[in-house]
Amino acid sequence: MLSARVIPCLDVDEGRVVKGIRFKELRDAGDPVSVAQAYEEQGADELVFLDITASSDERNIMRDVVERTASTCFMPLTVGGGLRSVEDIRQMLLSGADKVSLNTAAIVDPKLVQAAAAKFGNQCIVVAIDAKAEPDGTSWRVYTHGGRKPTDLDAVEWAREVVARGAGEILLTSMDRDGTKIGFDLKLTRAVSDAVEVPVIASGGVGKLSHLVEGIRDGKASAVLAASIFHFGEYTVLEAKQALAKAGIPARL
Amino acid sequence: MMRQKLAVIDYGTGNIRSVVKAFENLGSEVILATKPSAAENASALVFPGQGCFPDCMGTLKRSGFDVLLKEWITADRPYFGICLGLQVLFEWSEEGNAPGLSVFPGKVSRFCLPAEFKVPHMGWNSLVFSETAPRWLRAGLVDGDQFYFVHSYRVEPENDDIVFSRTDYGGEFVSGITSRNCHATQFHPEKSQAKGLQIYRNFLDNVNQP
Repeated sequence: MLSARVIPCLDVDEGRVVKGIRFKELRDAGDPVSVAQAYEEQGADELVFLDITASSDERNIMRDVVERTASTCFMPLTVGGGLRSVEDIRQMLLSGADKVSLNTAAIVDPKLVQAAAAKFGNQCIVVAIDAKAEPDGTSWRVYTHGGRKPTDLDAVEWAREVVARGAGEILLTSMDRDGTKIGFDLKLTRAVSDAVEVPVIASGGVGKLSHLVEGIRDGKASAVLAASIFHFGEYTVLEAKQALAKAGIPARL
Repeated sequence: MMRQKLAVIDYGTGNIRSVVKAFENLGSEVILATKPSAAENASALVFPGQGCFPDCMGTLKRSGFDVLLKEWITADRPYFGICLGLQVLFEWSEEGNAPGLSVFPGKVSRFCLPAEFKVPHMGWNSLVFSETAPRWLRAGLVDGDQFYFVHSYRVEPENDDIVFSRTDYGGEFVSGITSRNCHATQFHPEKSQAKGLQIYRNFLDNVNQP
């Protein structure tokens, strides 16, 4: 049986982890490589690094972080943020990323998804979708710039389109729920998961372990992503997977 | 144990760093082979195939690695293939309707499953070792151990004797093969933490045995 995946996500700014990680056992909680190792020990199924570095001059720092992580952590690593071209993607894969996540770049130039999938394989192209519910309550609009800029795209339609263009996975974040700790937007997660053939990673809103169970069971997500509940040591990844297993969801323990 | 010199086929389009690092961590000296002559003197050949099947075969042909791979495996030299490094050993793939290297009879076909089974098959899934799987290659591993997969196509060998392991995803499929010195897995040992490194260690332990 395929296990549901539990994926911690790290925001990295100029090579340092932001949103202070609070692990007792870590000497340098700002070092992405140390944090990645700690999550590997906890049994994380994958890791996501989100590069939030503002200046494009500093992008090579991220490649160095990825290189160092891939040299010691033998687990799947997805890197997103600031990748705008096939060449950017190639560099990141050569540095040791297994998948890259495209967000705004895919909206600006949807052909990038096709070109990258054709060159590197669908399996390594993740499209990240940030969505907010419309006032009608039954549809969701795609946003960029951390939920500040609305686009003309419907989230479900956009998911279908990027999959048709070759995306191998969707990383779906509810901007309504992000940071609220009240749980995933399950209707959104379910709508997107039902619309596409590829796996969907649910993100945004996790505050307790039962939320992870809901994301898989009710949202039909293949994987759940969380940041703060793990970073602040509220729960370990192992506890998260035990909660899934207890609810009858296959998990790798 | 001797320090084995391993050649890893490198076609420059994807992430082979983790494969290289995994073998280096286990004490091997790794050569990145961008052309067949670079691999000639190695004691083992590793091919972490990526991308889509027809492109992969095209690249192998253009670079002459297709000939090397066939000669290498026919001569019984140690080989470890990963993902497409498994699939290209068969006669033909549905992906792009393309011929493979025909080392083994059989084909490569796409998962065709009910909607609740997402494709690609992505994530951690468990192995059941076949009764004929050599003990040394599965040393330290038990049925049910989980490994990392990411693929939409799977191999269908005609000959059951080469099956190393099977995995269940909406039905059983062959997740690893082994025949004399040729071994290949659909899953990614280099992404599968300690259990994955154990398979590579088993392979290496065998490479230099008399």
